[in-house]
Amino acid sequence: MNTVKLVAVFAENRPGQMARITEILARANINIRCIIMATSGNCGVMKVLVSDPDLACHNLKQEGFAATLTDAIAVEMPDKPGALHLVAQCLAADNINLLNTSGFAANHRAILVLEVEDPAQAGETLKKHGHHVLTQKETLATI
Amino acid sequence: MFWQQEMETLDRPALEALQLKRLRETVCRLERVPFYRGKFLESGFKPEKLKSAADMRLLPFTTAVDLRENYPDGLLAVSRDEVLRLHTSSGTTGKPKALFFSRRDVDNAAELIARALCMTGVTRRDVFQNMMTYGLFTGGLVMHYGAEKVGCMVIPAGPGTSERQLLLMQDFGTTVIHVTPSYAFYFADFLEKKGIDPRRDLALRKAFVGAEPYTEETRRKIEAALGIDVYNSYGLTEMNGPGVAFECEGKCGMHVWEDNFVLEIVNPATNEPVGDGEPGELVLTSVNREAMPLLRYRTHDLTSIIPGPCACGRTHRRIQRITGRSDDMLIVRGVNIFPQQIERVLMSIPQVGRNYLIQLEGLDDMTVKVELSPAGFDGQVGHLTQLQSEVVEKLRAELSVRPKVELVASGSLPVSEGKAKRVIDKRSL
Repeated sequence: MNTVKLVAVFAENRPGQMARITEILARANINIRCIIMATSGNCGVMKVLVSDPDLACHNLKQEGFAATLTDAIAVEMPDKPGALHLVAQCLAADNINLLNTSGFAANHRAILVLEVEDPAQAGETLKKHGHHVLTQKETLATI
Repeated sequence: MFWQQEMETLDRPALEALQLKRLRETVCRLERVPFYRGKFLESGFKPEKLKSAADMRLLPFTTAVDLRENYPDGLLAVSRDEVLRLHTSSGTTGKPKALFFSRRDVDNAAELIARALCMTGVTRRDVFQNMMTYGLFTGGLVMHYGAEKVGCMVIPAGPGTSERQLLLMQDFGTTVIHVTPSYAFYFADFLEKKGIDPRRDLALRKAFVGAEPYTEETRRKIEAALGIDVYNSYGLTEMNGPGVAFECEGKCGMHVWEDNFVLEIVNPATNEPVGDGEPGELVLTSVNREAMPLLRYRTHDLTSIIPGPCACGRTHRRIQRITGRSDDMLIVRGVNIFPQQIERVLMSIPQVGRNYLIQLEGLDDMTVKVELSPAGFDGQVGHLTQLQSEVVEKLRAELSVRPKVELVASGSLPVSEGKAKRVIDKRSL
């Protein structure tokens, strides 16, 4: 199943933390194509879809960050009313719970990045209903 | 007012003679305890050598470590049949320190409390609400028995909720409370928020405040906030619990009941005695206990002897309020906590890194900052929240105090060379 790799980094929830992370990525000439942040109390997790996830994760770890790679699903949708609803409906029908979700539209194309408990199962479900599940390469090329 | 006027005002030579007599009897009884028998043999000490109070120095010290190593009953000086009650106090490892009371010890501890209450004007007409934790902690039952001895109506409220404390005070006309300084402050805030003026709406007159060190300024603030007199109280489980030393109405220093406790102040580094008025570590010998007397117990509490007699007429000498500890024990919400306990809990959780920091702030809030181990991170924010709750619960189970826990990035806490500075105490008590 097509999945995309996100780099997840632990950070404290206080000013300046994102800059510490982006500095490391910028120095390695890594392009960030999508970002998802979740915070809880004093800490948070920043997730990025980047041109070279392995290098990004390696460099962050080397600088002492708690970083890891996680799998997500990228789905392409038409940029029109009701498109997201169709995706949501088919996930709902198969009882798939969403953990973190991010999406954007540009140049009449829309991409939805989904984090779920079982990415392979979610991908199969979406495919079965005729949705286009993107590979890492396709996703990076699309955005 | 006096509870036992003759004993409380006994002239110094007679008091010291009584102390020496009781010390000799105690030492003779302790020859039956293998721990002390071994110590006496080691140093060549014989009870006949005790000729004056200065000979105290011939006796061995007893430390918290000794109590722990002899847990549960290695220091018991009577048969188990004669033991009436057990209290414990938290120690630096999982094992607590155990202290036994005989029937006479229970009664005697109550007498000492009765002296203390009486000297601040508490009578049988008072309603005494004990807001300390009951159970193994001596601040509950030992104080309770003393207040009953005076004849007060005692309300064993325990720490409970402020709503319930207030209800009891309103419905039963509480006049005296026994409370920690942090809870006294918290309760004063609570009353203010409820729009209750303790001077107008409650019958409160006095508070016995102890179990945690606090400053003179804190005393004044509690007095002003609640409109009452606050008396400083000192004790430790190893010496009965509360009732070792209390303030009289003069509120300048705490009288140590010297017919029960031999008082020494030593330099904690050299173990040599210091002069009156000079600060040092309080060392106490219980000379009027049956079940488990202790010789020269290192309290680790720092104080000094106040020279000269007290205007109240009592001849038992006074010590200053406790200014700190000569070890790293923390007292949070009346509970003894050693940083090693926290460390042990943290190190048993794999997702937690090596470094941590204990921050004490506000009245009595404890925050433990914990580094997240890079290997323990899976990218899920929900798992971080779970980890945080797990650390809180495990610390609460070990310490009996619920701390706040903050997960911080690995390497973000200060690393010091040699002995790490693990505790930052910015409390306003």
